[in-house]
Amino acid sequence: MSSPAQADSRARIIAPVVVGVLVLVGWQLLVTVGEVDDYLLPSPASIWAQAVEFAPSLLSAAAITGTNALVGLLAGSILGIVAALIASTSRLVDHLTAPSVAALAVIPIVSLAPVLNTMFGADSQFSRQAIAGLAVFVPVFVNTLRGLRQTRQVHRDLMLVYAASPTQVMRAVTLPTAVPFVFTGIRIASSLAVISALVAEYFGGPRGGLGGLISTSASSSAYARAWAYVLGSIALGLAFFLITLALERFATRRQR
Amino acid sequence: MNTAPAHTEHAVVVSALGKTFSVKSGDVVALDDITLTVEAGEFVSLIGPSGCGKSTLLRLIGDLDQPTSGTLEVFGKSPRQARLDQDYGIAFQQAGLLPWRTVRANIELPLEVHGVAAKARTARANELLDLVGLGEFAEKYPDQLSGGMQQRVAIARALAERPALLLMDEPFGALDEMTREYMQTELVRICAETKAAVVFVTHSIPEAVFLSDRVVVMSPRPGRIERIVPMQLGSTSARADDLREDVSFFEMVTAVREALHAGSEHAPRGVELR
Repeated sequence: MSSPAQADSRARIIAPVVVGVLVLVGWQLLVTVGEVDDYLLPSPASIWAQAVEFAPSLLSAAAITGTNALVGLLAGSILGIVAALIASTSRLVDHLTAPSVAALAVIPIVSLAPVLNTMFGADSQFSRQAIAGLAVFVPVFVNTLRGLRQTRQVHRDLMLVYAASPTQVMRAVTLPTAVPFVFTGIRIASSLAVISALVAEYFGGPRGGLGGLISTSASSSAYARAWAYVLGSIALGLAFFLITLALERFATRRQR
Repeated sequence: MNTAPAHTEHAVVVSALGKTFSVKSGDVVALDDITLTVEAGEFVSLIGPSGCGKSTLLRLIGDLDQPTSGTLEVFGKSPRQARLDQDYGIAFQQAGLLPWRTVRANIELPLEVHGVAAKARTARANELLDLVGLGEFAEKYPDQLSGGMQQRVAIARALAERPALLLMDEPFGALDEMTREYMQTELVRICAETKAAVVFVTHSIPEAVFLSDRVVVMSPRPGRIERIVPMQLGSTSARADDLREDVSFFEMVTAVREALHAGSEHAPRGVELR
């Protein structure tokens, strides 16, 4: 006998797995039994075969794109956190930065890719990292700034009673309160970092990353291989998401 | 630590104190002509319906708000100086513990802010954990504790620097009746041990009667002192649970209740008659 809660959590894991398997089986049948040409829509089996065959290049491509995304995630997060700290302590800075952050938030960051590629040269990964960093900056900044303003009245009163210095208030109350928000921002930004780093590869620069290989494979009509690299991108994005989600869970374990 | 000068017997002296809040629709007089003295070691409760300014008065004493008129002295100093000198400890209705710190680290917080060495902090925290009976919960986090236990941690934290004055704003307001009575008995014991003066804001008449040397009955709009009722129940340190069933206790409850009703023509809203 299992409790309803256990049954519920089991159903929550089993249901999507069942759906995923059904979709894959349906897809495979559509291509092998149905009339769809394997050339136009490669079957899951042939995509998997390509992924296995090109595993070394898949891994090195994931490493290149993953490094770009990671550098962007780290740099963008640090910049976002520092900028939020400055904006939270100075109303003037807050008023000055708010419009530029809003402007940054509506720019499709990837549209900067051709410009940055030209600026930093065709043989540099820097423009991809910069694009990932810019994409990361906005959600981390916005969430951190919000977190820095979540300090509870009773905690502020308490620190006032203790006659604590602004630095002490920051260390004892304001920063710890903001930490879960910072990690929520980073979790949201992690997928953006991978997407931006990958899409930026479509606009030229050194080959070898996942994005570059997807477009090369597709343009040489190796559709199954292109799909295999898409599969690699999904795995990379998922890895970034799950790791940052775990970090967020850890940071929020005592709060809310 | 306790820097209260020995020559003064008064913990708090309030004279002709007034507080007006400016809101959009005009000025609201929260407190009007409040005069009150709390002696060192004395337990004084402030009771009254919602809006009578009892919490405001407590915040003024604690220098968390500034009065509009009148004067206020805490151990013969300005409230600001008393706050800077850490002459009082404070506990709010919400325990207000830092959820990312253990019980021990929460109790040590004020000591940490004031640069007490780690060894002395640990020693003091151990004393306080024993005092509030939470020794075995020292390494737990606040979310692992019941509401009553969290409030006991908050009281331990308020006592960390051996203040000669405790300010308490409905600290038991969110607790169930059983826990509440238990906490009151505990507080009587703790006060007897620490000999601190207490200004205690409450909605509950029996709570005020059980704990206090004097009960200050306030009336709303504007907040005024209606009457100060001395509790003829003997020394607070000698009080125990059986007092709750004593005739003298009910007499005092009646006295406070009548003072409350005299203060407002309508039934006093926001006052618990339990």
